[in-house]
Amino acid sequence: MARRLTADVVVIGGGSTGAGVVRDAAMRGFSAVLVDRSDLGQGTTGRFHGLLHSGGRYVVSDPGSASECASENAILSRIQAPAIERTGGLFVAVPGDDPDYGDRFLAGARATGVPAREISVREALRREPRLNPGIVRAIEVEDASVDGWQLVWGAVNSAKAYGAQVLTYHPVTNIEVADGAVRVVRCHDQRRDEDVLIECRFVLNCAGPWAGQITELTGLPPVPVVPGRGIMIAMNHRLVNTVVNRLIYPADGDILVPVHTVSVIGTTDVKESDPDHLPIPAAEVQQMLDAGEELIPGFRQARAVHAWAGSRPLIKDDRVASDDTRHMSRGMAVVDHLARDGVQGLLTIGGGKLTTYRLMAEHIVDAMCDQLGESRACRTASEEIPYDGDAKHYTITHRLADREADRLDDQIICECELMSRSMFTDLLDAQPLSTLDDLRRQLRLGMGPCQGGFCASRAAGVAVTEQAVDAERASGLLRLFLRNRWIGLWPILHGDQVRQTAIDHWIYSGTFDIEHLPEPAEEVVR
Amino acid sequence: MSKDEAKRLRERLNNELNRATLDHCVKCTICEQSCPVSAVTPLFSGPKFVGPQAERFRDGESVDHSVDYCSSCGTCSVVCPQGVKVAELNSLARAVMKAEHGIPVRDRLITQTTLMGRAMTPLAPVANAVLGNSAARRVMELAVGVAASAPMPTAHGQTLRGWLKKRPAPTKAPTRGPVIFFHGCAGAFFETEAAKAAIEVLEHLGFEVIVPEQGCCGLAEQSNGLFAQASDAVLKLVGQLRAPGTAAPVVSVAGSCGGMLKHEAHEILGLDDPDLADVGRRTRDISEFLMELYDAGELPTDFAPIPLRVPYHQPCQVRSQGMGMPAADLLRLIPELEVVESNAVCCGIAGTYGLKKEKYEIAQAVGKPLFDLVLELNEGLAACDTETCRWQIAKSTGVKTVHPIQLVHQAYGLGRLPGLG
Repeated sequence: MARRLTADVVVIGGGSTGAGVVRDAAMRGFSAVLVDRSDLGQGTTGRFHGLLHSGGRYVVSDPGSASECASENAILSRIQAPAIERTGGLFVAVPGDDPDYGDRFLAGARATGVPAREISVREALRREPRLNPGIVRAIEVEDASVDGWQLVWGAVNSAKAYGAQVLTYHPVTNIEVADGAVRVVRCHDQRRDEDVLIECRFVLNCAGPWAGQITELTGLPPVPVVPGRGIMIAMNHRLVNTVVNRLIYPADGDILVPVHTVSVIGTTDVKESDPDHLPIPAAEVQQMLDAGEELIPGFRQARAVHAWAGSRPLIKDDRVASDDTRHMSRGMAVVDHLARDGVQGLLTIGGGKLTTYRLMAEHIVDAMCDQLGESRACRTASEEIPYDGDAKHYTITHRLADREADRLDDQIICECELMSRSMFTDLLDAQPLSTLDDLRRQLRLGMGPCQGGFCASRAAGVAVTEQAVDAERASGLLRLFLRNRWIGLWPILHGDQVRQTAIDHWIYSGTFDIEHLPEPAEEVVR
Repeated sequence: MSKDEAKRLRERLNNELNRATLDHCVKCTICEQSCPVSAVTPLFSGPKFVGPQAERFRDGESVDHSVDYCSSCGTCSVVCPQGVKVAELNSLARAVMKAEHGIPVRDRLITQTTLMGRAMTPLAPVANAVLGNSAARRVMELAVGVAASAPMPTAHGQTLRGWLKKRPAPTKAPTRGPVIFFHGCAGAFFETEAAKAAIEVLEHLGFEVIVPEQGCCGLAEQSNGLFAQASDAVLKLVGQLRAPGTAAPVVSVAGSCGGMLKHEAHEILGLDDPDLADVGRRTRDISEFLMELYDAGELPTDFAPIPLRVPYHQPCQVRSQGMGMPAADLLRLIPELEVVESNAVCCGIAGTYGLKKEKYEIAQAVGKPLFDLVLELNEGLAACDTETCRWQIAKSTGVKTVHPIQLVHQAYGLGRLPGLG
């Protein structure tokens, strides 16, 4: 027995691309359903360094991407201001870097329309006194930091306001093709354990590194996706308040981004085969810490709190029409399965970057309109996405100011990230089937130095008190949350974080005896 | 105070090593458990909250004005097992906040200890009458926000310097070499008895006591966020204390002010001055100094008995000097003197904190366990190393409170405390 839905278009993948696509399609008047196998922003979108590119990184290596980043940076800053902090950015040459690269950089910036201005070393050190005092050149750009989850949730909420449906924890099980056209997408609602059947005219495959697995479900030759893995490490506090990049041809470990309360060093680029199994190798962790040390002397003595790996959704397909430049720019690729496989109503998109997610959405929805023979204009660049509260840019002091205002009336559950009890209970009320990680991505629960040591048990307890979950599910939620935190903890365990992990372990094993809490009869959490 | 000052302070806050110590915080909450202020009022969110936690959220405009409810007692940094400079972070954050949002006239006034002393001394009877007059104090509370019931110093007609000039020259020739004596503002103007006792004890022991001209250490300004003024004051004082020479120990009878020279000016104001470091290294609290002599077998212990039970309170800013409890050790050398340590974290006054009308009640609540203990156990006298704390204890309990050196002074037969047999 399956639940049946009908839609013009099914968007597969709830990352930034899918969120942008479902919003764009809904705004153009298509009835749209977004499905994802897990929660929004749980893949690549949540596993990056937090940089909203100014374009500076690509002015020499990839001028097309540089221009796109520059214009999208300005657009997103306008339409999604609360998700973005205007930190500004610096490109700095450290001793040993080619000092002439700066000239090529400035020429590239002029050619690509990326705002850039050389400033004195002295001025750069005044702004960021922890920078390597030996830097020889500094160029300021308009880099910003962005919360990928806020970006996705904003776009998805906007799409919902235009009538779109969003189904998370709905993995696609089959895509039915009849008479050379896509007809039905089947998925499974994991939370209610029921099949869902969506009749549709079009499927937009926005599954990123998993896009190849999606095309396989159609019985077509898989789109060859090559996950390009990169690791990132969050340092416990903001060692800089400006994005700092190395003034070199793009390489590993050359970006340090202040995002929320942490600063993130990244990244690496290693070809992988399975996007569900991304290692965080010790050698790469050491490589990142060394890279941080070059930018910020003493970096290795600072506290690393968490590491993660994400995979770039790179698509390599020799058969894709390479002359369709209108729908393809460097870095992003729209695969037209009508041209490639003779199947109507299916497009796959790959490549791209979070900074250009809106533009990618515009391209693939344009391509859909072309195939459908309909002319509907994209409006996503001009319409602001509503967020709760004011429409100002995010600043690091926001939560401190909020807690200053409500500290006498509201309890603080996550002390490191200043998440109040009502922030938690309000969201749990709106999304009662969430895991603690689902809530974490929207609230930053457990993302600070204690990594859930103090707050996770409080959150689980509050969920029980609020009668949102029973004790068994709360135990399951807690265990799952801690297990997931551990994935990003063990690769960076040294220094201060070891002490934290020890006290967390004493609390959970010693006081809660978490390994021996009553086991539920069956899996109550996923 | 200007935006420039705020910016300069924030650069220090953001980039100096004190900020980096927040990385050591494991959230254990020991500092919050030990904080005397957050224990009695929800208005202060506690040292962990405003310190290592809030610091991760600070850049740009100061938004957490409640940091001003910190009394600067420094207990958090003392108890932190991980080495987080909690009090230092909080003090800097408050200095930034005040630089940015302005400093009340009241906070500027009550930090002018030397000026107050100079102005009040010639007018002592008048000044004391005004400060003792409840109607006048209510006007003061309304006009500038100094709590009407808070303890105020008593002016004397004679300063320490006046006494030094007029007293007969010491009859014994020095046998042990010179010490440079640091008496603090209170020792100069308001409570000269402790300073006189200390000088006479040191001379009795054979030291040549050099009392250079000296101003304020700046501690009150520092704890009110007036960092620029505090830095000027302490550096000027360092110069004055170095004037007689750079070899002799600097002996302090001003309990908390000694800590300013030893560590606070460096760790909180961020002063990296070689002369300050030199004076800091040579500075000893008077009790610490005498106990070092004792440990070396060089302190005569021919003390006359004082049959008395005396509650002793070690002030927060004396404890944070990390020297143990030398005053209690010293007093225990006096036969028949029973010393009861207060085990209280803070008396509440914390320099000038308890003078402020919005904090007076908090300060009283902080000090209550101490006041109760003093009231229960005293036999006419309590002892404490810092002037403002003595005034707070005396005002809140009605029990005469003296510096420990005054008991030592009596035990050496150099004088008698009034009211003691």
